[in-house]
Amino acid sequence: MFKRLADAGETVSLKVDGREIRARAGDTVAGAMLAAGIDRFRTTPVTESPRAPYCLMGVCFDCLVTIDGVGSRQACLVPVREGMAVETQLGKREAGR
Amino acid sequence: MTGNEYDVAVVGGGLVGAATSWGLAREGLRVALLDEGDRDVRASRGNFALVWVQSKGLGLAPYAGWTIRSSNAWGGFSDLLKQETGLDVCFQRPGGFHLALSEKELEARATILKRLHNQPGIVDYKTEILDHSQVAKMLPDIGPEVVGASYCPLDGHVNSLRLFRTLHTAINARGVTYLPSHRVENITQEGGEFRLHTGKGEVRAGKVALAAGNANMRLAPMVGLEAPMRPERGQIVVTERLRPFLNYPVVTLRQTDEGTVMIGDSKEESTDPRGLTIGVSSTEAERAVRQFPLLANVNVVRTWSAIRVMTRDGFPIYDQSETHPGAFVLCCHSGVTLCANHALTVAPMIARGALDETLTPFSARRFHVQAAG
Repeated sequence: MFKRLADAGETVSLKVDGREIRARAGDTVAGAMLAAGIDRFRTTPVTESPRAPYCLMGVCFDCLVTIDGVGSRQACLVPVREGMAVETQLGKREAGR
Repeated sequence: MTGNEYDVAVVGGGLVGAATSWGLAREGLRVALLDEGDRDVRASRGNFALVWVQSKGLGLAPYAGWTIRSSNAWGGFSDLLKQETGLDVCFQRPGGFHLALSEKELEARATILKRLHNQPGIVDYKTEILDHSQVAKMLPDIGPEVVGASYCPLDGHVNSLRLFRTLHTAINARGVTYLPSHRVENITQEGGEFRLHTGKGEVRAGKVALAAGNANMRLAPMVGLEAPMRPERGQIVVTERLRPFLNYPVVTLRQTDEGTVMIGDSKEESTDPRGLTIGVSSTEAERAVRQFPLLANVNVVRTWSAIRVMTRDGFPIYDQSETHPGAFVLCCHSGVTLCANHALTVAPMIARGALDETLTPFSARRFHVQAAG
């Protein structure tokens, strides 16, 4: 869906649901995931309908993901870091995970 | 408004007033329900939603029987509401727990239950004291610090916001006239009818039932009744929605039908509903994590406080006026638990014009006995 203007400088690698993706230093997790073609970040807790980032500026809370074991973080506000483990969230979160 | 358009005016559109109005409408009465505005204090929007039996009635044995009666009527009551409105208030009665985090807490719990059960005329409500391993069979996620619990099979919970909405849908369907932003300033009785004076005009009715929560303290003396109240603030911590892990409500912690976990049972003598005390929230959260360690990494999405309706001694007040026949007052802390009784038992008594003797122990006259002693 999204294409980078120039394919260069993707030096950071992180995992999303176990799959490795590459990103540029300074990307947000949301930006990196969108650039990698991931368009469903989570499904909602009650009706389980799919969600992707909407505002990309910290307001809508639709881009929630689990980052390094901490759930419901706003992917659009967190910069990528080498070795980061991101998990998309399906439905309600499981306590204790 | 002119003429005696209504058989009964109910003052207060919260859970108590709405349930009573519904019960009165079922008896065929023409009912006006006078409410305040959306920005006024509404205890019915801030509660923990338990239908709770265990530990009710220490100091007033009939309160235990009254509570059990409502708990037993709740299933049928929620079915009736569903038939009329199509809405499910998610009533469940799997039994409920009161967890102890030390031997001392468990002993204190056992002592309270023993004193409660030793009262003359008490109804046995089958509360048991369980040790850690017995509790863990039913609540597998408890932490090692939980030494035991009391368990009562009659305890349950509902979705209280949906209950509030469902009652209002049901009274609307039954033709109750709902009058929002009608704060009652004065009540007079003239020529066998009550006149309720509001900023939006006068409402006339043959009877009046006061169900205005803490505001009953102001209203009751207008019709020869009294309702000594002692409002109290409670705070709640709410988590994000989680997959179901808790199949039973705990007195301080429950998982709603939509997955959020509500935590809290604080009591503060404050009447500012906007204030929050961080120390109270953190104590609630800390105890919750000791009870259920898997909550440690769960996100809190909001905390809020609300004012409890509380009579001076904590027990309900149901009374009828001697000086103003046809005037009634209903006050209670447990508007959710007792909702079935208000709809199915108290409302028909008001419709008939007199409270039964079963409600005599709940008369506000009990406060005079204490004052004289």
